[in-house]
Amino acid sequence: MTASATPVVVARRAPAARLGRLIDRWLLPIYVVGVTAYLILPVAVMILFSFNDPTGRSNLTWRDFSIDAWLNPLGRPGLAAAVRNSLVIASLSTLIATALGTMIGLALSRYAFRGRSATNVLIFLPMATPEIVLGASLLTMFVATVQLPLPEGLLFPLNIRTVLIAHIMFNISFVVVTVKARLANFPHHLEEAAMDLGANEWTTFWKVTFPLILPGVIAAALLAFSLSIDDYVITAFTSGQTETFPLFIYGSQLRGIPVQVNVIGTMIFVSAVLLVVLTTLWQRRVAVRDYTGARA
Amino acid sequence: MRRALHLRAIAPYALLLPGLLWLVLFYVYPAFQMFLTSLWTGNIDAGYVQTWNWAIYPEAIGEYWPWLARSIVYGGLATILAFALGFPLAYAIAFRGGAYKNILLFLVIAPFFTSFLLRTISWKIILADDGLFLGPIKDLGLLPDEFRLLATPAAVIAGITYNFLPFMALPLYVALERIDKRLIEAAQDLYAGAWRPQGTIVGLVIGGVLGLVVGAVMDYGPLTIGIPGAVVGALVGTFLISQAFIRVTLPLALPGIFAGSLLTFIPAVGDFINAELLGSPRSLMIGNVIQARYLEVTDYPTASALSFILMLAILIGLFIYARLLGTEELTGASV
Repeated sequence: MTASATPVVVARRAPAARLGRLIDRWLLPIYVVGVTAYLILPVAVMILFSFNDPTGRSNLTWRDFSIDAWLNPLGRPGLAAAVRNSLVIASLSTLIATALGTMIGLALSRYAFRGRSATNVLIFLPMATPEIVLGASLLTMFVATVQLPLPEGLLFPLNIRTVLIAHIMFNISFVVVTVKARLANFPHHLEEAAMDLGANEWTTFWKVTFPLILPGVIAAALLAFSLSIDDYVITAFTSGQTETFPLFIYGSQLRGIPVQVNVIGTMIFVSAVLLVVLTTLWQRRVAVRDYTGARA
Repeated sequence: MRRALHLRAIAPYALLLPGLLWLVLFYVYPAFQMFLTSLWTGNIDAGYVQTWNWAIYPEAIGEYWPWLARSIVYGGLATILAFALGFPLAYAIAFRGGAYKNILLFLVIAPFFTSFLLRTISWKIILADDGLFLGPIKDLGLLPDEFRLLATPAAVIAGITYNFLPFMALPLYVALERIDKRLIEAAQDLYAGAWRPQGTIVGLVIGGVLGLVVGAVMDYGPLTIGIPGAVVGALVGTFLISQAFIRVTLPLALPGIFAGSLLTFIPAVGDFINAELLGSPRSLMIGNVIQARYLEVTDYPTASALSFILMLAILIGLFIYARLLGTEELTGASV
């Protein structure tokens, strides 16, 4: 970049240029390392404290190294049920929200239709509303449906179903945005080629369109899953007696967090990282295969 | 042929219908119900009646304005701090990332793979009075023994900044990455060099004012942070900011700045976990009040009114913003 400056200018501004190089070579990298360390530090502390052997009930100070909690990760009353609920809610809400959101993403990126900007606003609003407002409004709605002639337990009293409804709701928008981003540079000529070769719309979609948007759909599903499994605020408002993993953490932080919570947290972190790494590698392999296939 | 045309006309609506119906039923309708609930009178045992008690709004604002104001100040400060931390980070990854670009981006989003609650609890461990961070400093005698970070506004603001930093850094990165680097080189070739003396003055003023506000809000006295802030600002303005940056890079990064600040500010204003875990009763935010009014006191009308005010304030700000940029850009920029 500095090569484009003429030698005369460099000579005249030698101290400034040297300072610039110093910043470029040392200050910026040190800064980047510092900030990423700041971002990762709490995660590292969580992992470290999963190997702690706390004497009291609270796992807030370091005592001794121990792998007891790792050998018995669900060994706390209520923890297994909470983790199971979290997994069920996250899987189902991911499945449904990904399907609904992908459909909206497809509609938005390939059709011109009336009500387009209204749709965009409706997609954007849930992402632009604080979680507490989303949770609070759902709670008031669920409470108010008592007056409606609905089957008992559908929307009230609060249960795992109401949590699921809430999670699907906040996940849809994130799926739409992720899928839409992937569809921005979609190669429409491939679909036209399929149609020219006699495929109908249905076959074209499943044989051409879907494989092409699949990486975006998977990215969206991963995002939805991680948002759902981590959600505390909205879940707290819509869960009633149902306990999820974040609710368990919150409940136990008042009494003292068991080490097992850190163990489960670490497991979730490691599996998420592995999943992302694996999908990235898989996509890269697919890309390489397609590229060499196209050249052959 | 006619059938195909017909299909194409209804296809988008068929694709949209289930998802949008879900959002209407479980986002729009609940928001409306929350408004109706705010105008209820009664209590959880005797039951509620729709009395259209409009007086609840002035009453709620009159009683809880300090919490509302505190939320806006904390959220605003956290947004500014996240920008100050996130912009150089995004800039470095986008322009100097090289082979490390993907790994660095991965590290920026890695905290999202851990529970938000567990990360905040980790900060509680790190910032504890004799913890990992303050312990060694106190042992060296650099800070008095009674100095503490936990249960102060500083810890709350730092916690919020930490939690939402990736929301700021990622849109900034996306915007900076899209910039055609040749434009910046062209500006440099055309003698858009150091930005002096304006840079010194602007940096001094921004750093100073920001430091004063941070110092005042965080209870350290305005000048303790204000003076160092002014010095750092002046140094950055003098040595790091070029005309090419002001005239080319910054304007081109604006969509990312807007998206990042929205994505940080909105959840920050509504947050109550950081205030609950890292703060003290004196640093509670409006989210804490809403949460307690709903789930502990079951005072649904007041809680709904406060929640509705929070939503309305954010939506009005957003509407102005959407008018300025266009909705398509708004949703697109948040990727």
